[in-house]
Amino acid sequence: MEQAKLNSLKKTAAQIRLDILEEVHSASSGHPGGSLSVADIITYLYFEEMNIDPKNPKMENRDRLVLSKGHTAPALYAALAEKGFFDKAELSKLRQVDSFLQGHPDMKGTPGVDMSTGSLGLGFSSACGMALAAKIDGKDYRTYTIVGDGESEEGQIWEAAMFAAHYKLDNLCVVIDFNNLQIDGPVTEVMNPTPHDKKFEAFGFHVITIDGHDFEQIEKAFAEAKTVKGKPTAIIAHTVKGKGVSFMENQVGWHGSAPNDEQYATAVAEIKASL
Amino acid sequence: MAEKIATREAYGAALAELGDKYDFVVLDADLAAATKTGVFKKKFPERFFDCGIAEGNMISVAAGIATTGKPVFASSFAMFAAGRAFEQIRNSVGYPHLNVKIGATHAGITVGEDGATHQCLEDIALMRTIPGMTIINPADAVEAKAAVEAALNMNGPVYLRFGRMAVPVINDTTDYKFEIGKGVNMKDGKDVTFVATGIMVDMAMQAADELAKEGISARVINIHTIKPLDKDIVVDAAKATGAIVTAEEHNIIGGLGSAVSEALCEACPVPVLRVGVEDAYGHSGKVPPLLQMYGLTVENLVAKAKAAIALK
Repeated sequence: MEQAKLNSLKKTAAQIRLDILEEVHSASSGHPGGSLSVADIITYLYFEEMNIDPKNPKMENRDRLVLSKGHTAPALYAALAEKGFFDKAELSKLRQVDSFLQGHPDMKGTPGVDMSTGSLGLGFSSACGMALAAKIDGKDYRTYTIVGDGESEEGQIWEAAMFAAHYKLDNLCVVIDFNNLQIDGPVTEVMNPTPHDKKFEAFGFHVITIDGHDFEQIEKAFAEAKTVKGKPTAIIAHTVKGKGVSFMENQVGWHGSAPNDEQYATAVAEIKASL
Repeated sequence: MAEKIATREAYGAALAELGDKYDFVVLDADLAAATKTGVFKKKFPERFFDCGIAEGNMISVAAGIATTGKPVFASSFAMFAAGRAFEQIRNSVGYPHLNVKIGATHAGITVGEDGATHQCLEDIALMRTIPGMTIINPADAVEAKAAVEAALNMNGPVYLRFGRMAVPVINDTTDYKFEIGKGVNMKDGKDVTFVATGIMVDMAMQAADELAKEGISARVINIHTIKPLDKDIVVDAAKATGAIVTAEEHNIIGGLGSAVSEALCEACPVPVLRVGVEDAYGHSGKVPPLLQMYGLTVENLVAKAKAAIALK
């Protein structure tokens, strides 16, 4: 990856992180930990990978993203706003009664949201439906879905995995945001869903394991996924929950709580200093 | 004796016929032979997808396909569609108001020998609580076929409820017309009204004939669309006859009886007695003794009509 491109992606990701913090701080509510862990992957998808048009959010042949781990909507909203799907001013109204930014993604209300999600385990299946529809109609758009590591404890994730492999959905790419924490603690202690790589391989996926904060690895993984024929791809992205904010990193308490004014100021300063 | 056809047979035949005219996809969860979506599969294999025994995934997949603009029929037994996949229907289909038609067969106790685990008696109640859901429970094969096309022609989620058992064809008239949300006055009357749905419509007609022998004039209304309910036809009947008996092959909690009671409480309170399964599970058995066991009979309808009149 060229240095200029890498710098640009890092800058955008930092802005996405600042937006995430602004959203949850304004709302005094929301899920910063998982939003920050998935920020780099979402940045890459929306600013490099996906064929989308903010002026035409329903473009028929657009690439789709289903955020199956819908509680990390702040990351998705930040990317959509930065990309121009809607006014950035809306971000400070997250979770308020006069906003279209619901606590979890709502495809009816928010421009650019491809599927309503939030109830864990459902989004991956809907992404399978979108990928299957492309196959039926001979369209070449690709479908991406992001599943949480904790979310992969839901049985429906594996129903969807079976389906995707059975129907050879090579136009589908699932990213597992493996930040190793869920509400009740480390995923391996609460209900161990690992090893994801061996499980997805056994289900018939092409599996790529990466550092989900390394843009060069992210780029290579999505590029490789496009070359795979006859089977879907699973990218196991090792990430850090709360990435970029020192006191949030790897702290389960930041799964679903918002920073106070002082914490917000510290967090913003840290992100800005990283630029 | 009228010809007997199961509404699920009409469903499969309608899908296969409509496949020539409309672009849609059909999903099933390993029950294509029983739900009759197999008839469509045979004719349009490229538009049929078996999801295996994974109903929750099937419904969310259907939602994903529907986001691309293609209508989808997703089929299983009522128990596993409305029951197992309730949350997927609510969150993946209902909340985004997607164009998914749920073809639920084997509803009610007329499933017969398979027994309680397979006799869904709460699907109407579950589906009624989903905002924007249309619920259709056809009375016979003619109505079932018309309902499938009407569902396809409207935008948004529809729950279509079909039965396993062959039932008499009662709507094979030249002027038959199906309109979603419109009840049908099957027979006029002034003393009491049967508001019936599904297989109970034919029984209500027989009960009205029995009552006529005793000089009691009973109106019969077929409510094929339980949501949105045709409140006008129900309120008119309450005003004209002053007593209502609802009839459904479903728990009396949450189904047609509840919908009618709610409408009448607000607009025209009159005695309403409910014929249905009285908050119980089903049971294995042949259909005629099962219908007796749960009071889904002409005799019970006659008795309830008299009791409703006595409450006036």
